[in-house]
Amino acid sequence: MRVIVCIKQVPATTQVGIDPQTNTLIRQGVESIINPFDTYALEEGVRIQERLGGAVTVITMGPPQAGEALRECISLGADDAILLSDPAFAGADTLATSFTLAKAIEKLGSFDIVLCGRQTADGDTGQVAPELAEWLAVPIVTNVRKIHEINHGSIRLERMTEEGYEVIEMPLPGIITVVKEINTPRLPSLRGLVKAKSAKIPIWTAQDLNLEKDAIGLAGSPTRVIKVFNPPKARRGEFIQGDVENQVVLLVSKLEESKII
Amino acid sequence: MEASIRIDLDKCEGCGDCVPVCPFDAIEIVDEKARINEGCNLCSACEAVCKSGAITIEVGVTREVSGEKDAYQGVWVFAEQRDSHVLGVAYELASEGRKLADALGTELSVVCFGEAVKDAKHLMAYGADKVYLCESPLFAHPKDDVYARELVKLINVHRPEILLAGATSLGRSLMPRVAAILKTGLTADCTGLEIDQENRLLLQTRPAFGGNIMATIICPQKRPQMATVRPRAFKRAEPNPGRKGEILLVDLEKEAITSQTKLLNFVQDLTQKVKLEDADIIVSGGRGLGKAENFQLIEELAEVLGAAVGASRPVVEEGWMPYSHQVGQTGKTVSPKLYIACGISGSVQHLAGMQTSEVIVAINIDPDAPIFDVATYGIVGDLFEVVPALTAQLKKTRD
Repeated sequence: MRVIVCIKQVPATTQVGIDPQTNTLIRQGVESIINPFDTYALEEGVRIQERLGGAVTVITMGPPQAGEALRECISLGADDAILLSDPAFAGADTLATSFTLAKAIEKLGSFDIVLCGRQTADGDTGQVAPELAEWLAVPIVTNVRKIHEINHGSIRLERMTEEGYEVIEMPLPGIITVVKEINTPRLPSLRGLVKAKSAKIPIWTAQDLNLEKDAIGLAGSPTRVIKVFNPPKARRGEFIQGDVENQVVLLVSKLEESKII
Repeated sequence: MEASIRIDLDKCEGCGDCVPVCPFDAIEIVDEKARINEGCNLCSACEAVCKSGAITIEVGVTREVSGEKDAYQGVWVFAEQRDSHVLGVAYELASEGRKLADALGTELSVVCFGEAVKDAKHLMAYGADKVYLCESPLFAHPKDDVYARELVKLINVHRPEILLAGATSLGRSLMPRVAAILKTGLTADCTGLEIDQENRLLLQTRPAFGGNIMATIICPQKRPQMATVRPRAFKRAEPNPGRKGEILLVDLEKEAITSQTKLLNFVQDLTQKVKLEDADIIVSGGRGLGKAENFQLIEELAEVLGAAVGASRPVVEEGWMPYSHQVGQTGKTVSPKLYIACGISGSVQHLAGMQTSEVIVAINIDPDAPIFDVATYGIVGDLFEVVPALTAQLKKTRD
C-alpha cells in the first residue's frame, strides 16, 4: 500500500490569544507541534502499512522549521517525508494549500490512500482534505472513526456524524480524514528516533512542482483575512449565595420569574 | 487583487517587537532587520506593534471590479434535509440570508436536495424568494460528491454572488468540494456575517485558534463568496406565513447520478432522548462527575426539566457519554434558552459551543472556573449536593 499522510505544524493553540491591553496577538512561548488531529492520521497510516506492507510518506507545506514536525513523524513510524517550502507558498488559504498538496501528491506518483486529520487546531477549517479530493479527482470520506477492512481496491469504514455513524464503502485510491476516536497514537520508538535523526527530508519548491505563481500562496488564494480581534467579552452574572437548600430555591425562583422554566 | 506585506529596511530597527506577536511564527530577525517568511498570513498583528512604522500591509480590496464578478447576483442558501425534513440550521440561514439579500438589494434563493421534502415551502416564510427543489430517491440520504456536482451545475446556471450552508458534517465536506470545483474561496464555520455595502462584499467572521481569536475574512474577486455557518450562530426569524415566493422544481438530467462511495448502513445513536440542537433546555455534565455512573444525576435533572443531555469533551473522551452529546468546538454548538453546566470548568473550546445560550447556570466547586465568566447564575458548591437538591426543588415546584 502506498500511504500518504498530510500534516501541518501548528502553534499549541490554547496559548494563543490577544493581549487585552495592547490589542495585539500574543504568542509568548508558544511551541510548535504536529496538529493533534494529524497524529491520529499518521498512526492509522502506519497501522495500514504494518498490516498490508508498502510505505508511508508524510508531506507538509510550511516554513523550513516545519521539517522538525516531519522528522517527528518519521520517529513515529513514517518511512519518509517531504517538505513543501517556498516563500511563494506564503499566505495560502485552503484552496491554494490543497492545490499545492495535490501537485506534490501527483509528483509522488500513484497512491492507495491519503490520510488527514479532521481539521487543524489553528485554522479549524477542515476544508483542505475535501478540496484535495477534488483536485485529485478521488473519493473522500471525512470524520472516520474506524476502519473495518482495507485492501488494495477498497476500504470499508465508519464515519461519525451528528446523529450516530455511517458504514461506508469507498473505492481506492481515495482520501479519509480521521477523528481522534480512531486510535491511540504510539510514542516514538528508539529505532524511529535514530532514523528520524539521520533522515534526509527533501524540500520541494514551487519550481520543483512546476507551479505558476498565480496558483499558489497568496496570489492563488481567493480569500483574505482583513481583521483579527478578541472574541466578544464574556458576561459575568451573579453568584447565588447561601447553603445548598437556599441556593436551589433562589435559583428556581429566578428562573421561573424570568419565564425561562 | 494584490495584497502584500512590506518591511521598510531603512525604518526597521530590528527591535524584534514584532516577533513574539506573530501568531504564525513568520517573522525572524536577520542581520538586525525583520524578515517575513512563508508562514505569513497578512493578519497585521506585527503592523500594529511596530514602533517605527516599518511594516505595511496593503490589501487591495477596492481594486477595479471585473465584469465577470458583476454577473453574479443573489444570495443562496443550501438547505440540508434529513429524513425529508429541513434541518433547523437551514431556517437560521434563510433568516440571515434574507438580511444579507436586503442589504444587497437582491433575491434570496434556497436550494434543497432530497426526496419528498414537504417542509421546503416553509422556507419562504423565513424569507426565501425562490426555493430550488431537486428531488430524487437518490438524494434521500446525503452524498456529498453527488450533491457537489449538482450544486455546481445550478451555480453555473444561476450565478449567485453568495452561497451559505450549515457547518454540519455534510456542509463541511460538501462546500469545500464545491469551492474547489469552482476555484473560489470558502470560509469555514462562520459565526458572523455582514455586508460591506461600498464594495458589495460579504464580511465573514469566524473563530480561529480554538476560539482564542476571531478573524474577519473576505473573498474579494472570486464568486460565489462561500461560507459554512455554525448551527445556532444566528437566530431563526419569526416566520411570516403570508410571505410570497415560488418553488422551482429542478429537472435532473436523466443520466445516472452515482456516488463513488456506497452507504452500507446508518446507525443512529439512540441515547439522545431530546436532540441537543433542538432543545430549549440543556443540562450538561463535565469531568467533575468523576465517573460514568454519576451521569445519572444529570439525566435526572434533565428528565424533570424535559431537557436534552450534553457533555464536555473529557466526558466523551472518557467514554462516559457518546460523541453525539458533546458540546463545544469539536462537538455541537448549542444556543438553548437555558444551559445548566454541572462540573464543567469551561475550556475555551466548550465555551465556544454554548456561550450564546440565553441563560447559563454554572454549578462548580472551583470559584475560579472559567465557566463562571459566562454564567448568568453561578453556584459554587459540590455538584453531588447541589444537583440532586435542584432536581428535588424542581420536582416540588412542579407538583
